[in-house]
Amino acid sequence: MISAVLFFIAAAGTLAGAIGVIVLKDPFYCVLALVGHLLSLAVLFLLLHAEFVAAAQVIVYAGAVMVLYVFVVSYVGGQNLPSGQGPGRAGTLGAFACAGALVIELFIAALGSGLHAIGTDGAHYAAGFGTPEAIGSLLLTKFLIPFEVASYLLLIAAVGAVTLARRRGGLDDRGDGTPTISVMEFMRPRPFGSGTMAEGFGHADALSVQHSAQRQERET
Amino acid sequence: MTIAWYLAVSALIFAIGAGGVLVRRNPLVVLLCLELMLNAANLALIGFSRMWGNGDGQVFALIVMVVAACEVTVGLGVIVAMHRLRLPVDVDTMRELQG
Repeated sequence: MISAVLFFIAAAGTLAGAIGVIVLKDPFYCVLALVGHLLSLAVLFLLLHAEFVAAAQVIVYAGAVMVLYVFVVSYVGGQNLPSGQGPGRAGTLGAFACAGALVIELFIAALGSGLHAIGTDGAHYAAGFGTPEAIGSLLLTKFLIPFEVASYLLLIAAVGAVTLARRRGGLDDRGDGTPTISVMEFMRPRPFGSGTMAEGFGHADALSVQHSAQRQERET
Repeated sequence: MTIAWYLAVSALIFAIGAGGVLVRRNPLVVLLCLELMLNAANLALIGFSRMWGNGDGQVFALIVMVVAACEVTVGLGVIVAMHRLRLPVDVDTMRELQG
């Protein structure tokens, strides 16, 4: 009984957070709504006996990933009001009609399926279902290869993000107007005094002057 | 509560996220809506994992979380690069990959 009450509270929280993400104007409030959504979702995970995933959700998602979002929102800042026309009234209505059709389709697909167990509270589970121990032993035995592939994926994504968001606007301009990038860029030592946090904030005009002087010197 | 309730919530969250991707124009919010859709998929995976009493679905949900983190990292890197190149941060004006 108490689980039903908890389910409805958490489900209302997730749906309210999701609607807040797409309705609110300010991206900061969108991120905040998503944090609320993720915390409610963690409660739903706990109700489904997924303790480890719920903890990972709160720590990794609501903690780390959302901090990244907040940093980027505050960095991009004032430009977040798009100029020009939006999708328009007809476009918005069409989008929500598509979303409604998607809901109906998913309801038919999930609830109208022949899975009888869908109407139950779930099968009996072994003791320790969903604990870190069980998930860890699954990850290191049955799902070892997906686990390793996931770690490589994270590494590649981190390298890609550093490459994209590098100091000096992502890609270097080679002088003829075409931004290019090569592996050698990473081998070359950067000029002295560059790459500091002050430069990233744009308070290092003296440093950038020094930088361009050094670059000219190198080119000549 | 039966598993069907969780699946219904998951379908609703997925559709809300899809509607947000279609409506919003700020790429940051579009990324947030993609997160919503991935989370809906996670909820369905964990619901089915509970339905079978089997931990495989939870491992799958963890992998989905890793993929979502990668997507966020690269997406935010693209947005920061757009901002630094003084491009408008608007999905409607981004029509080509070059530059």
